[in-house]
Amino acid sequence: MADKILAKDKLDEFIAKLREEADVYAPARVGAKTTWQEVNGAEGLDWDFTNTEMSPKDFFFPQTECMMRFKNAKDDPEGMIMKAEELLPRSRVLLNMRPCDAKAFQVLDMIFVQDEMTDDVYWRDKREKTLVAGLACNEPCPTCFCSSVNCGPHHQVGMDLLFVDLGDKLLVKVLTEKGEAASADLPPAAAADEAKAAELKAAAEAAISSKVSLDKINAREVLDLYNLPMWDKVHEACLNCGTCTFVCPTCHCFDIQDEVQGQEGRRVRNWDYCMSWLFTMHGTGHNPRGKKKDRVRQRFMHKFKYIPVKRDGEIGCVGCGRCIQMCPVNIDVRQVVDQMNS
Amino acid sequence: MQQRTEKIREAAKRLLAEGAVDVVLGYRAGTVPMREQPFAARSVEEADELVWSSFCCNNLANFLVRRDEKTAIVAQGCVSRNIVGLLQENQIDRKRLKIIGVPCLGMVSRSKVLDKIGNKTVFAVEEQGEELVVKGKGFEERLNRKELLRDNCFTCQHRNPVISDEMVCEPVQDAAGGDIDKMAAPWEALAPEERWSTFKEAFADCIRCYACRDACPLCYCHVCFVDESKPQWCGKTQDEADVQTFHILRAFHCAGRCTDCGACESACPMGIKMRVLTSKIEKDVRQMYGYTPGMDEKATPTMSVYRPNDPQDFIK
Repeated sequence: MADKILAKDKLDEFIAKLREEADVYAPARVGAKTTWQEVNGAEGLDWDFTNTEMSPKDFFFPQTECMMRFKNAKDDPEGMIMKAEELLPRSRVLLNMRPCDAKAFQVLDMIFVQDEMTDDVYWRDKREKTLVAGLACNEPCPTCFCSSVNCGPHHQVGMDLLFVDLGDKLLVKVLTEKGEAASADLPPAAAADEAKAAELKAAAEAAISSKVSLDKINAREVLDLYNLPMWDKVHEACLNCGTCTFVCPTCHCFDIQDEVQGQEGRRVRNWDYCMSWLFTMHGTGHNPRGKKKDRVRQRFMHKFKYIPVKRDGEIGCVGCGRCIQMCPVNIDVRQVVDQMNS
Repeated sequence: MQQRTEKIREAAKRLLAEGAVDVVLGYRAGTVPMREQPFAARSVEEADELVWSSFCCNNLANFLVRRDEKTAIVAQGCVSRNIVGLLQENQIDRKRLKIIGVPCLGMVSRSKVLDKIGNKTVFAVEEQGEELVVKGKGFEERLNRKELLRDNCFTCQHRNPVISDEMVCEPVQDAAGGDIDKMAAPWEALAPEERWSTFKEAFADCIRCYACRDACPLCYCHVCFVDESKPQWCGKTQDEADVQTFHILRAFHCAGRCTDCGACESACPMGIKMRVLTSKIEKDVRQMYGYTPGMDEKATPTMSVYRPNDPQDFIK
């Protein structure tokens, strides 16, 4: 599909058109933080942000999500019968999503929607009703390592459109039919714009200073990795808090609970995390991941071995670097992967 | 800072070489700016990795509980007070512990530095005396270290270790100079409904990762109340009531035990100032009960003792 051009002074118009049928969200600066906000126009859009502190996974997999409701009355003919919660009532557009985050959702599609038997309606519904317009990264952070994990600063996977910031205008790469419909009114890009975007892509890729290697991890058997002595050291500083998993765009574990208050009941799912001992605690009292070392190992093994084995080599990490920046005790995924690969 | 680093390494190497301890708990340089890592050195070579800087923000006393080895720990004032607290609560064995005391000049708040720098990515931070040199792509800023101290370090009353086996340098002035009572004062000036709205606002961004709890040396229960399932004391959702219940109960559990070390705030990925709760409790315990936690191993913690003259205004 041919590339288009969107002048920044035409963004208001573009967003207004999108808003006719969808709610539009984008990263915007609020105080010291860059967070996802609903936007009415171009005002407040941040073109210099590195990335949002929290990933946008909440849009598809909310931290707390009501799945069903029921009447908490055993003797009532209507009681204790689960009623499906209404699905997303209106479409959404997520503007300026970084390529690493968009790629993360493509990885999660493979997990939430695998086949007829493994078809998460809550995830699928939101994915189907959302248009993702990415914003290529021109200035990667020192903690970014996307190009080592099947991603990159101008990566296009998981998006319908990709914007490349050329200063006063955006080059718009049209990637899907949904994206084509949304950008139908935009003028085509000139050869010079294409050349400039290609230049920015090469510069951004070259600017990624941190790299990890996965060759040996891929070649090693699961149990060889599992039994590496390095795990004895890696976990020592870990607090077993869930920060890394909560800020991660690909972490997706959850817990489902029924909550009742008087006559009202709801089935709700909440983010859960492998760092928590409770996550794997069995009703019998046995805990297969009873020690901190087991839990820390799980996070890295899941991302860099179990997911690749199960999902045709796809990796459960997109190199966004949030866990590196946010970990209170500086457990650095790049170092852990290097040790797994050494 | 460099002198403290050298002395810590020297002490650690000696203790390890002599076999006095199996492990030295300290900090090593982090891989990103303004994050040093808690580090367990088990050999003389590893002891060479130990560092001391303005970014040793984790409370190492947190790593002492349920540890079987003979352990040495690098401890500034607040950490030493938490060691005292753990001794009072029978969580550690003093005979198996060596304390390498560090007179502290206060730690710097990473979030304050980032706020000051604005919407720019920090590549490196160097300490040069009282200045921090913050570097990124196309910029270099020199900032005054004292203006960026963590709030609790600014009001710290006990910078020197209260308990130690050896010290790495001469004691420093004990009080940091800030007014500790002012930290809690804003709550007292507010009407109840304003307190509630201020409280709600303060904790609105919480993602319940529990980094505050997990960074805290007071939180050593085998099963935390938020993880209890029979009964479930606290809901698991992001609903306001569940988030607020967690923070209120966490703060109450710290009453009369919290040393105001600031590890909770430093660990929070969302920049939540949970000391708005604990500092009020700290002040009440200090002023109403005349008790400062973590000062005396032999003292009975204030919430563990009943005296007929304890203030009972709350039930009048």
